[in-house]
Amino acid sequence: MSELQDYASSLEDTNSRKFETFSYLPAMSPEQIRTQIEFIVSKGWNPSIEHTEPQNASGSYWYMWKLPMFGETDVDAILAECEACHQAHPDNHVRLLGLDNYAQCPGASMVIYRGIPT
Amino acid sequence: MAKKYDAGVKEYRETYWMPDYTPKDTDLLACFKVTPQPGVPREEVAAAVAAESSTGTWTTVWTDLLTDLDYYKGRAYAIEDVPGDDTCFYAFIAYPIDLFEEGSVVNVMTSLVGNVFGFKALRALRLEDIRFPIAYVMTCNGPPQGIQVERDLLNKYGRPLLGCTIKPKLGLSAKNYGRACYEGLRGGLDFTKDDENVNSQPFMRWRHRFDFVMEAIHKAEAETGERKGHYLNVTAPTADEMMRRAEYAKEIGAPIIMHDYITGGWAANTQLAQWCQNNGMLLHIHRAMHAVLDRNPHHGIHFRVLTKILRLSGGDHLHSGTVVGKLEGDRDATLGWIDIMRDSYVKEDRSRGIFFDQDWGAMPGVLPVASGGIHVWHMPALVSIFGDDSVLQFGGGTLGHPWGNAAGAAANRVAVEACVEARNQGRELEKEGKDILTTAASHSPELKAAMETWKEIKFEFDTVDKLDVSHK
Repeated sequence: MSELQDYASSLEDTNSRKFETFSYLPAMSPEQIRTQIEFIVSKGWNPSIEHTEPQNASGSYWYMWKLPMFGETDVDAILAECEACHQAHPDNHVRLLGLDNYAQCPGASMVIYRGIPT
Repeated sequence: MAKKYDAGVKEYRETYWMPDYTPKDTDLLACFKVTPQPGVPREEVAAAVAAESSTGTWTTVWTDLLTDLDYYKGRAYAIEDVPGDDTCFYAFIAYPIDLFEEGSVVNVMTSLVGNVFGFKALRALRLEDIRFPIAYVMTCNGPPQGIQVERDLLNKYGRPLLGCTIKPKLGLSAKNYGRACYEGLRGGLDFTKDDENVNSQPFMRWRHRFDFVMEAIHKAEAETGERKGHYLNVTAPTADEMMRRAEYAKEIGAPIIMHDYITGGWAANTQLAQWCQNNGMLLHIHRAMHAVLDRNPHHGIHFRVLTKILRLSGGDHLHSGTVVGKLEGDRDATLGWIDIMRDSYVKEDRSRGIFFDQDWGAMPGVLPVASGGIHVWHMPALVSIFGDDSVLQFGGGTLGHPWGNAAGAAANRVAVEACVEARNQGRELEKEGKDILTTAASHSPELKAAMETWKEIKFEFDTVDKLDVSHK
């Protein structure tokens, strides 16, 4: 059995802040981002991109990047928008959502580019 | 033509056995598994069940003729063999909707599982399923918030929610209890939970528990930046006291409270659910005592019926069994009542034990809660079986981690996210579970330690979950 270990997390350390689904996994590689986009498209959900300053990540409303990409199924086009948002806001969290308009609830939501906590 | 009064005992089947009857869309339909006393004809027993659960009594009475008894009576309209069991049969009975008070599961069940269950002509009786007509469903309040609203309130999307029941079940002081909650929440849980028998005992009165737990939630939220909750159990000796605790939970900003809907009672549950709806609170429902009613295959009330009662009475979460944990349940039957909790329309499907189409209309769904003897090695199967719209709840599987609750929580959080990510990639969780968890553990020492603690369990379920298609 491995040796007893401390759980490092504190109010002081802003790296302790999480940002919901997949924030306990390592940051996504470009290939991982692509497969998640493929998943969203395969479910028939509308891709949508949002971003925010990391310190404001816990709110319900992040900044929308343009409008949700209704009916967009081209994975490369979606990926290009994700990258464009990241280029424009390199210090922000950028999240990708799959909007399920039947449930009126995102079926997927994940931070694909991690911002720099302050 | 008016009838004449003819005193005496008539055979039930003369009045209540109507094999040519076509059920109306507004009828409430029930399927009973009937084990008759030897020598009593099936039609007579089925008719007796219809009579005793609706308008009938053992003898003709003159006041029968003051009303339109033919309209109000329950009708036994079909009989079927039970596959693989000659001692019993299924009786299908239709009840006109105006036999029941609107919005009252209490009234429906007082008729359907009332006197009839003690009826001497029966050796045993089990209520297998009820079809509530949409006209009746619309009179019930249902879940206070529903799945989509809960996700919006808590900001949890695209994955199952993660919980933990605090142990030991009884005996902790309020401050120590709050510590156990805090550690779990800061490690990555969405919820911690009061055990069902934690109410307000001398070692920990409810109000202190509520206060310390709220402090734990607030600190864990500030630390992780995520929204958290704890199911504050408001089950109490009286409905007034239950409401007092609920009001206090709201006052201190708790997002979710909890009730035991069978021991606490359906009237109290419905009252609490309506209050939750009006006050923006989520309601977690525990099901203590259900096995007393639903475990015997020949007598009692099947859990799928208890599930429908809860959805009508109101609750946002309901314990469903885990299929894989210490309380193993039949996989197909569990999938059946999970559909009953979540879906807006459920088709008849005998292979899942569902006897009727059930239309829920606009009524929100209930999140199934998988809880009881599960640990991190079960995660791939749980995500596969339950999908995203569920709460996976690890008690011992969090608190039993060698490094404590925070590490135990983080291990489960990493595992659930790894499984969701892999599923989204099209991987087969139940076959590749070990590989998925091992890869995830390479960057999570907490998960690695958890996997070492509980060892590998098998993922091939085919042999264990032969389903009860033929009701043994």
